[in-house]
Amino acid sequence: MGDKPFFIEALVAIKSNVVYRNGEEIFRRDHIQEPDAFIKEFFKNLKVKYPKFHKMDVLSKLGFLASEVLLKDKYVSPDTALIFSNSASSMETDRQYRASMEDFPSPSLFVYTLPNIVLGEISIRHRLQSENAFFVSEKFNPHLIHTYTTGLLKNEMSPAAVCGWLDLKNKEYDVFLILISENGKIPFTEENLQKTYYFDNE
Amino acid sequence: MKKVYLHDDAIISPLGFSTAENLQAIKEEYSGLKLHQKNSLSAKEFYGGIIEEKKLENSFDKIADNSDFTRLEKMMILAVHEILKKNPDLNFNNCGLVISTTKGNIDLLEAEGLLNKKVFLTELAKSIGEYFGFKAEPVVVSNACISGGLALIVGKNLITSGQFQRVIVVGGDLLSKFVLSGFSSFQAVSAVPCKPFSKSRSGISLGEAAAAVLLNSERKEKDNIALIAGSSANDANHISGPSRTGEGLFKTIQKVLKQSGLQPEDLDYISAHGTATPYNDEMEAIALSRSGLSHVPVNSLKGYYGHTLGASALVESIITKHSLLNNELYCSLNFEESGVSKPLNIIRQYEKEELSFALKTASGFGGCNLSLIFEKEKNGR
Repeated sequence: MGDKPFFIEALVAIKSNVVYRNGEEIFRRDHIQEPDAFIKEFFKNLKVKYPKFHKMDVLSKLGFLASEVLLKDKYVSPDTALIFSNSASSMETDRQYRASMEDFPSPSLFVYTLPNIVLGEISIRHRLQSENAFFVSEKFNPHLIHTYTTGLLKNEMSPAAVCGWLDLKNKEYDVFLILISENGKIPFTEENLQKTYYFDNE
Repeated sequence: MKKVYLHDDAIISPLGFSTAENLQAIKEEYSGLKLHQKNSLSAKEFYGGIIEEKKLENSFDKIADNSDFTRLEKMMILAVHEILKKNPDLNFNNCGLVISTTKGNIDLLEAEGLLNKKVFLTELAKSIGEYFGFKAEPVVVSNACISGGLALIVGKNLITSGQFQRVIVVGGDLLSKFVLSGFSSFQAVSAVPCKPFSKSRSGISLGEAAAAVLLNSERKEKDNIALIAGSSANDANHISGPSRTGEGLFKTIQKVLKQSGLQPEDLDYISAHGTATPYNDEMEAIALSRSGLSHVPVNSLKGYYGHTLGASALVESIITKHSLLNNELYCSLNFEESGVSKPLNIIRQYEKEELSFALKTASGFGGCNLSLIFEKEKNGR
């Protein structure tokens, strides 16, 4: 078992039409109503060429954008684990697919009716062939995320991890992802995980 | 990696409402896949593994009041109930609950109008946890078709981290109109009962099941099967199709071999995912071949159950446990002529064989893959 200390190297939060990187506001659009429109504007702003982005469902787009901000200009090991959670699973896309079932069931919608598809999208984008886990809980559960991620890091299954919360319900989204690695100043503890999440949600 | 032991287990499926009934059916090569004409599920007839409604109602009536529970909840409660029957003194203060499902109560999802709150996985979990009186909040794992196996890794992690001494892992999914229409839209549903690894395979058959296992940090007096290694890996290739080179699955196999300190030749049996889609089975054959496992007896249980999604890797892990305990290799049902490009040692009929170590694999949408290794400890150890 490894005894190396791990740190919160970087964090990103996206909520109510604002994007924060390491606690600092980096993008804001106050007048936009629909998450789709905000997502589109922020994607444009990032100046990333990635045609596949437009095929994704909203949950995957949010995860993609958050990981772009989080992993920008960083070396990311292909073994970086992805440990995500939310409360609504893939409910928004489930409902869209359910509606399409009445006429022409759409395979391109159906594939997104699983919450972990976003882990696949991020893995493809950043070439990560790593540990995946998607948890569903009513609220962000720092204890579970910390316990599970620490297990992977300590057993040397993964040298780093991206973990957090990626929720989309009734067109309201709440995104909070952190990069855990051997670099950084804030020790990766349950308490710090809780603090950083709630800081961004105040 | 510390070991965690698999104590009592239960499977609720079209093959029976206990692990013993399921094992008996498998030994007799009896399949739960039947031709169904059900307008509530599909306009066309289809082969699938469906739990008989009356049997479910009758079994559930014997243990509880029927009215407040959904079909999936009843299946899951019956599975956990089987375990508690054998462990009446289980202390809920230090026992966790991990729930594995992909779609939960998806049969309650309507296209429009107010949502029935039970379609949320958190509500399903709450319902199961409260029914039995678990003290800790249930942990829900929803990671496509590897969920049932990943839930075992999560349960093991919750025990080795010291949070619980015991964890009940329960998995379940329904054969729903939602999922059937989805796989049909991919042209992935077979017109005949699915034929894993066969040349004439033409897609999956769907099924439904619930299963439960009691994980424990302590060994039993005898008949100990331990989960000694577990790993997942993403293909980073495609969200709805597996990697052509089996990259992610290969990686998980390498990782569990390393974790357990075993060599490929130490493995006695492989319980494969074997969905019977052309791409999945070919990918698995490549990953197993690359891992030096072509010679190891392997089966897919999908010919008995169909694909039970979030339950499948858990159901198959339970069968693997009993394969090891009973020194039995079960026939890979519906296998005909090999239809994969690498040789595999497919189990064609029931055999008695001394077994010590088994590998369980699974793969799913989103490019996820999983491997687990189970060990049979010699008695008296």
